[in-house]
Amino acid sequence: MSERVAVRKTYKLFIGGKFPRSESGRSYLVQDANVSLASRKDARDAVVAARAAVKGWAGATAYNRGQILYRVAEILEGRREQFVALGVPADEVDAAIDRWVWYAGWADKLTQVYGGANPVAGPYFNLSSPEPTGVVGVVAPEQPALLGLVSVIAPAIVTGNTVVVAASPAAPLAAVTLAEVLATSDLPGGVVNILTGRLTETAPTLASHMDVNAIDLTGVTDAELAADLEIKAAENLKRVLRPAPADHDWTTDPGITRMTTLLETKTVWHPKGV
Amino acid sequence: MTATATSARSDLSELGRSETALRTFLHGLPGVDQVGAEQRAAQLGTRSIKTTAKAQAIDLAIRMVDLTTLEGADTPGKVRALAAKALRPDPADPSCPHVGAVCVYPAMVPYVAEVLRGSAVHLASVATSFPSGQAPLEIKLADVRAAVEAGADEIDMVINRGAFLAGRYQEVYDEIVATRSACGDAHLKVILETGELATYDNVRRASWLAMLAGGDFIKTSTGKVPVAATLPVTLVMLEAVRDFRAATGRQVGVKPAGGIKTTKDAIKYLVMVNETAGADWLDPDWFRFGASSLLNDLLMQRTKLTTGVYAGPDYFTLD
Repeated sequence: MSERVAVRKTYKLFIGGKFPRSESGRSYLVQDANVSLASRKDARDAVVAARAAVKGWAGATAYNRGQILYRVAEILEGRREQFVALGVPADEVDAAIDRWVWYAGWADKLTQVYGGANPVAGPYFNLSSPEPTGVVGVVAPEQPALLGLVSVIAPAIVTGNTVVVAASPAAPLAAVTLAEVLATSDLPGGVVNILTGRLTETAPTLASHMDVNAIDLTGVTDAELAADLEIKAAENLKRVLRPAPADHDWTTDPGITRMTTLLETKTVWHPKGV
Repeated sequence: MTATATSARSDLSELGRSETALRTFLHGLPGVDQVGAEQRAAQLGTRSIKTTAKAQAIDLAIRMVDLTTLEGADTPGKVRALAAKALRPDPADPSCPHVGAVCVYPAMVPYVAEVLRGSAVHLASVATSFPSGQAPLEIKLADVRAAVEAGADEIDMVINRGAFLAGRYQEVYDEIVATRSACGDAHLKVILETGELATYDNVRRASWLAMLAGGDFIKTSTGKVPVAATLPVTLVMLEAVRDFRAATGRQVGVKPAGGIKTTKDAIKYLVMVNETAGADWLDPDWFRFGASSLLNDLLMQRTKLTTGVYAGPDYFTLD
């Protein structure tokens, strides 16, 4: 009997619920694995997939979105060891699962907290309700690889947005593995799209794309790049989440700002009856 | 030039006089190598067209678009808006060329004619009881005359597929000839509805039949059946127009229609036109795209090339 040869895995992109290689055919060696090196065109394709998913995901009931996110947490729990094997500390995996559950709970509660009835001087009901902004480009933080990633994806999608995430270039394996979790947990294809590779290729494409509604620059560490991305984002008035400070502690209570920044408020006036 | 085309040169004009001669000729055309045609079409689709070549291709494709709406729900307002878009596809960029034509149902022709009057944009109307073609001949011809009188300068007719598939080539031929004369000065595009013809051999025969009967253009599809234009079908038709010109000296145009939605698809067609029929056909007078959503994608790609950033559908009209 010859010795068994291990099957090596190629870590691919996650676009529209599928795992394509980069359109450019490129890959790079990182964390001892071959990982796809996303191009500008991959970013564009991901935006198309994310846009196509907006209608169904934003149109789903908040309760339904919450249930799907709980399901993601369940699958994450089952894959705990896989993340540990990738070098993610066990307590970080636990924190990431808890973070996911925490955001899942917000799905059908945020509207009560952030929307409401406004007092107006006239015979009208005046109601404000938050609605998702649409497609969000996200630059995930470099560290912590899993908790940071979950902490930027979950708040964006829980309210009905879809995201294109530029994963940490130095530690992308947790992101690709999270994509495998998302692909097997009832989340519709295209709601989360994950690109691995250089930020200098993917992030400017997302920031300048006219069909992206908001950009989360959390993971951008280079101040010059961050400023450039903000300028690009201004072209179509994207909502912008600024880079996180270098010493940001991801284990603390995140609050609701990440969710509320990526919302649009719709206010309706309705005449009162007699 | 194929051997068949050479031998046909002498007596092509006589073919329409007898069913037997037509059948002998059409069945004498060389069979299409299905695998070869599909492989060739797929191979041509892999060409990489970038930067300035892409910019040229996009502008050419915009000029070749037959901007089409063929819905039961078409209203005068909707077709007027479409005609306005045909004149200035991208209001934000005056350098953007106008499209080739607007294509509507006969009842909508007068409203489009008002908007297009005096412009270089053609006005095409489907006729001959589009899309099925299953009506008595007098009714089909009346349909054509009405459209021409209302202002259409291009008529898109459907062939009688029932008769074609049953082998009654003479009947199909005579209908096209009759429609041709009903058109007067208007250009005649003959829709083969290749999705219903089943084989590439039939596509080749129908193409020749339509050209022999006097069609100015051969068009793939109505857009109303599940299988519309495909690259291999268009390849077979482009070979047919090339061979027909070699045999008779008359140039016939080609119009793939239906299912062409992206700039990438359109450029694949342009590459195929250039490689199969030749550069003579790379002109809105000889090649058109029957499409509606294609135009917005072309405009978005055009904007990407001029501004450097990817455009979004929010910035172009819904139609």
